[in-house]
Amino acid sequence: MTTIASALADGAVVAKRNLLKIARVPDLLVFSTIQPIMFVLLFAYVFGAEIVIPGVNYREYLMGGIFVQTCIFGATITGSGLANDMKNGIIDRFRSLPMARSAVLIGRTTSDLLNNTLVVVIMALTGLLVGWRIRTSFLEAAAGFLLLLLFAYSISWVMATVGLTVSSVEVFNNAVFLVIFPLTFIANTFVGTDGLPAPLKVVAEWNPVSAVTQAVRELFGNTPSESAVSDAWPLQNPVLASILYMILILAIFVPLAVNRYKKAASR
Amino acid sequence: MSLAIEAEGLVKHYGSVVALEGLDMSVPEGTVMGLLGPNGAGKTTSVRIFTTLLKPDKGLARVNGIDVATHAAEVRSVIGLSGQYAAVDENLTGYENLDMVGRLYHLGKNTSRKRSRELLDQFDLDEAADRQVKTYSGGMRRRLDLAAALVARPSVIFLDEPTTGLDPRSRIALWDVIADLVAQGATLLLTTHFLDEADRLADKIAVIDHGRVIALGTADELKSQVGGERLEVTVASPDQIAPAASVLTAIGMGAVTIDEHTRHLTVPVSSEGETLVETLRALDLQAVKVLDLTLRRPTLDDVFMTLTGHAAEEETNQ
Repeated sequence: MTTIASALADGAVVAKRNLLKIARVPDLLVFSTIQPIMFVLLFAYVFGAEIVIPGVNYREYLMGGIFVQTCIFGATITGSGLANDMKNGIIDRFRSLPMARSAVLIGRTTSDLLNNTLVVVIMALTGLLVGWRIRTSFLEAAAGFLLLLLFAYSISWVMATVGLTVSSVEVFNNAVFLVIFPLTFIANTFVGTDGLPAPLKVVAEWNPVSAVTQAVRELFGNTPSESAVSDAWPLQNPVLASILYMILILAIFVPLAVNRYKKAASR
Repeated sequence: MSLAIEAEGLVKHYGSVVALEGLDMSVPEGTVMGLLGPNGAGKTTSVRIFTTLLKPDKGLARVNGIDVATHAAEVRSVIGLSGQYAAVDENLTGYENLDMVGRLYHLGKNTSRKRSRELLDQFDLDEAADRQVKTYSGGMRRRLDLAAALVARPSVIFLDEPTTGLDPRSRIALWDVIADLVAQGATLLLTTHFLDEADRLADKIAVIDHGRVIALGTADELKSQVGGERLEVTVASPDQIAPAASVLTAIGMGAVTIDEHTRHLTVPVSSEGETLVETLRALDLQAVKVLDLTLRRPTLDDVFMTLTGHAAEEETNQ
């Protein structure tokens, strides 16, 4: 077997193990879907009444942002799953086996991608219930969902790196939310970037989260009128910018995560 | 006889903490080496180096003649490892755990399936095979973990404190399983801080402390190194410890070990003469009230005490 084929075969064995866990501990999936549903309802009904984005129904505008935020939250299970495996010594077992070095990470990120797909489907259904509509062609909509899942996948590798670096699942959860909240709120997730104070505005305009959110809004046809979108390059070319950001994230974090895995020592 | 496990001058530091300080070791094929030492002596670090989980700062380690540092992948396909805590997946069944390991050893679908069932049977887990591991007892988890180490019939097996945390009955059951393995001709490196465990299972024992081997030999050789028999006295009250100690000092051949808490005194004595009668007479003369008095062969506990100056069970990793 070639190296790549063998890594994929080993990855499939690991992915199957992770998926069995999702099936056996369904509470995990229940909680990872309740949270985004809650966000949709909170923003649609609590803040939605007060927030006005010119040229678009706020609930439609909102969905793109919540989709992206949910994908980032969903990707955290990659890190907490790995941190947990480290604690239990299972990573040690894997590392002592003659399997591909990248297989545990390939398996983990793949099973988490499937998990995230399910979460996105449930969110989309919730969105449709509160009045979100796709106003573009089938192909554009499909491209929108694909972009979301690829983004979730690349964030999974960031989370994998963090999960293999910290000492416990608890530390992972605390550390990661310190990053995730500013990352998803200093962006165009819930409101436009134009109202932000100058330094924050620049951060928000160049935040990958904003690019992906804008891209998804365009692909679903939920964009506000022209004037309401910042003229920063990533927001003017959001699909291209999103793809570039993902390539950059993967180029940095895939080698970094594999390297952390090789060096990972339990406890 | 060729060597299954070799180490030359292994050194490993974690920051300022010294884990290994020039560890040498050689284990001939088909034998059992017991690595005996207190927590923090470097036992687990050695196992992690032999099993490719950790790179040493200095020194050489070989398994079946293969260099662990430069040919890690080859080493992994001939070893089996069972770590300090049962590294099995709680949410999978016993069978699924073993089959997963079999597939990752690239045994092939059918072989892996057959081998997993065979091991579950052999380790008395066949009835629990299709239950999730979270329903298993501690002893069952350990057996499953050990089975996982054996899926690919490795020729060299590393067991890191295989019975830590088990109740005495499960411990003895696991000893039987390990003894069977050895009878089948595997080479085994076993770490433990239980002296009776090393005594029971190992052909040779390496006593390690502060990252080096401080004594090596069979259990009997190590015991004869400390010489003589041991006289143990338990006195009735704390104020009688001092007079009893002076009596034992006069009779014994070495330092008296005193446990204030249990009022228990131990001293090495020569095996000739009527030690027991003499001791009892002398203690009586000092009006020491004796609760218990025994003469026994030295245990590995005594070996450890003599070699290192501290008891084996005590924590030394500061």
